Amino acid sequence: MNLDIVIATLSATIKAGTPLLLATLGEIMAERAGILNLGLEGMMLVGALSGFIVCFLTSNPWVGLLVALASGAIIALIHAALTVTLRANQVVSGLAVTLFGTGLSGFLGKMVIGVPIPNYFTPIAIPGLVNIPFLGPILFRQDPLVYLSYLLVPLLAFWIYRTRPGLHLRAVGENPAAADALGVNVYGVRYLYTLIGGALAGMAGAYLSLAYTPVWIENMTAGRGWIAIALVIFATWDPFKALLGSYLFGLVDAVQFRLQAVGVAVPSFFLNMTPYLATIIVLIFATTETARRRIGAPAALGLPYEREEKS
Amino acid sequence: MSLVLEKRESSSPLVNFLVPVLSVLFALLLGALIIYLSGFDPGVAYMEMLSGAFGSGYAISETIVKAIPLMLCALGVGLAFKTVLWNIGAEGQLYMGAWAAGWVALSFPQGQSWWLIPLMMIAGFLAGALWGLVPGILKASLNVNEIITSLLLNYVAILWVDYFVYGPWKDPKGYGFPFTPFFGEGAWLPTFFGTRVHLGIVFALFAAIIIYFLLKSTRLGYEIRVIGENPRAAKYAGMNIFRNIIIVFIISGGLAGLAGMAEVSGVIHRLQHAISPGYGYTAIIIAWLSRLNPITTVLVAILFGGLLVGGFSVRSIGLSESLVYVIQGIILFLLLAGDILTRYRLSWRGRS
Amino acid sequence: MENNAVKMEGIVKRFPGVLANDHVDFEVRTGEVHALLGENGAGKTTLMSILAGIYRADAGNIYINNRRVHIKSPRDAIKEGVGMIHQNFLLINSHSVAENITLGYDRPRFLLKRKKLEQEIQEIGQKFGLEVDPQAKIWQLSVGEQQRVEILKMLYRGAKILILDEPTAVLTPQEVQELFSTLRRMAQAGHAVVFISHKLEEVMRISDRITVLRKGRKVATLATRDTNPGELARLMVGREVFFDIKKSPPKPGEEVLAIRDLHALSDKGLPALKGVSLSVYSGEILGIAGVAGNGQKELAEVISGLRPAKGGKVLICGKDLTSVSPRRVIEEKVAYIPEDRKGVGTVGNLSVLDNLILKDYRRAPFSSGTFLNLRYIRDHASSLVEKFQIITPTLETSAKLLSGGNLQRLILAREISCSPKLMIAVHPTRGLDVSATESVHRMLLEQRENGAAILLISEDLDELTAISDRLAVIYEGEIMGIVEPKEVTLEEIGLMMAGKKRKMLESSEVTS
Repeated sequence: MNLDIVIATLSATIKAGTPLLLATLGEIMAERAGILNLGLEGMMLVGALSGFIVCFLTSNPWVGLLVALASGAIIALIHAALTVTLRANQVVSGLAVTLFGTGLSGFLGKMVIGVPIPNYFTPIAIPGLVNIPFLGPILFRQDPLVYLSYLLVPLLAFWIYRTRPGLHLRAVGENPAAADALGVNVYGVRYLYTLIGGALAGMAGAYLSLAYTPVWIENMTAGRGWIAIALVIFATWDPFKALLGSYLFGLVDAVQFRLQAVGVAVPSFFLNMTPYLATIIVLIFATTETARRRIGAPAALGLPYEREEKS
Repeated sequence: MSLVLEKRESSSPLVNFLVPVLSVLFALLLGALIIYLSGFDPGVAYMEMLSGAFGSGYAISETIVKAIPLMLCALGVGLAFKTVLWNIGAEGQLYMGAWAAGWVALSFPQGQSWWLIPLMMIAGFLAGALWGLVPGILKASLNVNEIITSLLLNYVAILWVDYFVYGPWKDPKGYGFPFTPFFGEGAWLPTFFGTRVHLGIVFALFAAIIIYFLLKSTRLGYEIRVIGENPRAAKYAGMNIFRNIIIVFIISGGLAGLAGMAEVSGVIHRLQHAISPGYGYTAIIIAWLSRLNPITTVLVAILFGGLLVGGFSVRSIGLSESLVYVIQGIILFLLLAGDILTRYRLSWRGRS
Repeated sequence: MENNAVKMEGIVKRFPGVLANDHVDFEVRTGEVHALLGENGAGKTTLMSILAGIYRADAGNIYINNRRVHIKSPRDAIKEGVGMIHQNFLLINSHSVAENITLGYDRPRFLLKRKKLEQEIQEIGQKFGLEVDPQAKIWQLSVGEQQRVEILKMLYRGAKILILDEPTAVLTPQEVQELFSTLRRMAQAGHAVVFISHKLEEVMRISDRITVLRKGRKVATLATRDTNPGELARLMVGREVFFDIKKSPPKPGEEVLAIRDLHALSDKGLPALKGVSLSVYSGEILGIAGVAGNGQKELAEVISGLRPAKGGKVLICGKDLTSVSPRRVIEEKVAYIPEDRKGVGTVGNLSVLDNLILKDYRRAPFSSGTFLNLRYIRDHASSLVEKFQIITPTLETSAKLLSGGNLQRLILAREISCSPKLMIAVHPTRGLDVSATESVHRMLLEQRENGAAILLISEDLDELTAISDRLAVIYEGEIMGIVEPKEVTLEEIGLMMAGKKRKMLESSEVTS
């Protein structure tokens, strides 16, 4: 295998890993606040479709991206209202989000199936950096959303570990009663980060429909939302490890694609299974590792918070 | 004065009944709004759905045909939920059941013997159970999140079936379409009264009755109820939680597998790409909507069967059948929102 | 009255079915330690939770430094200088001490300046004798150190009025001594300290004044030097306290439970039992005394099969039952009354009937093979409800709707109905009122008469000395000694609870 193929495969790895990374980062923020949102798949689809339609209408992918962010957040708002205010079961509510988002995008997307968009996100080489041997063309000849995702990782890590809002975020996910007693607005924090999670999922969806494969295909997320939920566990709720995990999956995707392209004699159905099976294997290791090292999920993950008014 | 939520001392039967009913009604109203906004007449669309689902003997029989796999899957999913196990994998378990039953049927293309259908049932049940066992064992032994594993296995199962219907089992006379040849007639479930309603309805009703009595009057059912409500108390009482998780996943997956068997043996009569329009997912809503009660599950499954059949018939006026999933999602949202009324009461509290 | 830091007037607080505070007046002066004394359920914590902004009063006024205030949330309370240290610490285990202290504070606004924060914490700590490493994670700290973090949290925010809810329940006598000297220093520095307790001796030791509550009403406020424990006890319960339980002389029979050099780990994976050996004989009650968290919970769990042993043996009637399943232990007729009635002992959402068969459902005549014998179960349950006076509307009522005392009677009914050979009771009267406590004691003594061996784990020394035949003291997973309760003073037991070994008494036990 010559160097060009390696570079092309690794560049494709980043592209395939980016939607996973964005969705995983969003879910990390929500779960850090104690809200499990299994609706990633639905929010991504709604983001993908709304971004696509708006870009189709305005010819401006950036406007499409903004709308995708907003629509992801709006869908997440339903989840937040149900689980934070109404203390509904987070698992069922997340499934409802996925069902609703999948249905809505399928319903509204009928009109744009197969429609080409005039303008979408294309790779822009970053002058100077792109000339770094080997790494340059892999990392710095990508589209703007990939660059945004590079920035998001350290930014979110800094936010979580180094700032007061980040401290409050972690506290709400670990022990909302303790945070509440010291005047942290538990409900406010949970709403905020659920919405941020939704917006990032919307962005992940927009990446698929405005950069990765710039067309609208029904169910085009193909389970990436669920993979992202597993990646959150793999990453032990840490943005840098999310980057690692997402690109690892991107690599599986890229290699699988490359194998198909060169006609390796494995039926494509089995190659297509690899990301799902790989996620399950990763999940097994991540679960046993976190149990062994006692660095578990945010302690209050999945639990509704309600101020104690006991008798 | 402010509106506050107060915990209910005990649940009110009226509220428990009204919340699901009103959830469905409001969801239909919101659905109407969406239909209206996308440029159709909601009245026409709903009349189309209603008559498509319940408007004639034929419509009702078609609704029941759709309700059969929903019942079987929802009974299994509901039993798992009762144990607080989130089996989101009914869809994949259904596919594997269909695949195994199809394998048996295609192995005996001339088979007319009495044992062929029972063998297909066993194969379907076992394949679904096996598929359910994977998340079950991982959950019970390593505490791996069963929501994610069971869901990811859905994708794997669908690809598995696709491999066979696009590949080794493809009908050579099928002009390249992704389906197998028809099963021999000995592998077809008998149907009733000249409709497409098949013997699967008996499996489903029988399963509902068995699960009802299982929960009410058996040791296993008692253990399932205790484990689901309070696993620490279950351990304290000496119950074997590992064994129960495994058993529940076997039954839950097995019923979904049986649904797959019934679908291919009773309706489609061969294996093909996309056997199920998401029965396994809809089953989750049905289980939740019927509050995990097996008898209610049967009735709610018929309602949702109607929604599916109705969804197909709105295509005739140009609407997408995805509308049905939108409405299902909204039903679930409203149900979750309404649930709080079953646990809390709204009351005005004054401040003096 | 000019130096009143806090004045509460006519405070009323209702909870569904309970009048928790009934027109209570309460005053605290700056520079004093004021004890709030009363039995469990007298309304002490409720009254202070209102001051700390956790509950809102249904009626009444609050003045702080003679200014009327409206406290609607904990944040309001902190702004007014009121800080409450709860019985259950509100700390984030995975975060550092410094992070816990700065949580929810508004300075610095955005970036966390760790160095400066850690320095400030150390300064406050030195001033009041509350030293703790600001970089340590909470889970690495002892209970006493965690309490210091809670106090520091409030001092860091400039709290001038500190409320401590039963702060000594989880401390060793030495830690209590350190806490008391901190409280004194705070009072001298011009803080007002409210000390909630039901322990007479502590209240006499630390407080300047005492307010007594009984059944939601204020009974009296007294200067500590003008009163005595007898008077306080009378005010608290409304009658002279009798701890004279009628009990026949012990007639211990054969050895039922034998524990030999038992080792086990805690949930955190640290050694919790380090070589425990003891025996319980038929017809006797062996009490286990100790400060919470010294291995009592682990001991009960290992015996009942819920926690594996890391070494040593558990023998019941001579059979080796070390690290077997709970089911196996149940089959040997071992009854277990767990500490957590709602979380472990019962299933809240299931019916009284279902809860009454939790241990018996798998044996005849409750079930035969696969099926439950519903008719027999119903008869059995209704006879238990009658015999043990469990007050419930129907057998189908959810267990969670029962009161604490009724729930405990349900558990006892279930555990006793299998005529146990060994009974393990962990804090069986915690949180119960006087009559429910008496009925639990009566039932335990009845079982003793019937020849059961009883292992009673409790934090209540009065209870332990009143009903145990022998008393073992546990400290950091080791038995400090086994004594006859009538032959030692409370002080001696206290020393053992703080880790002082009693070799002599232990050896005398061998001969008994």
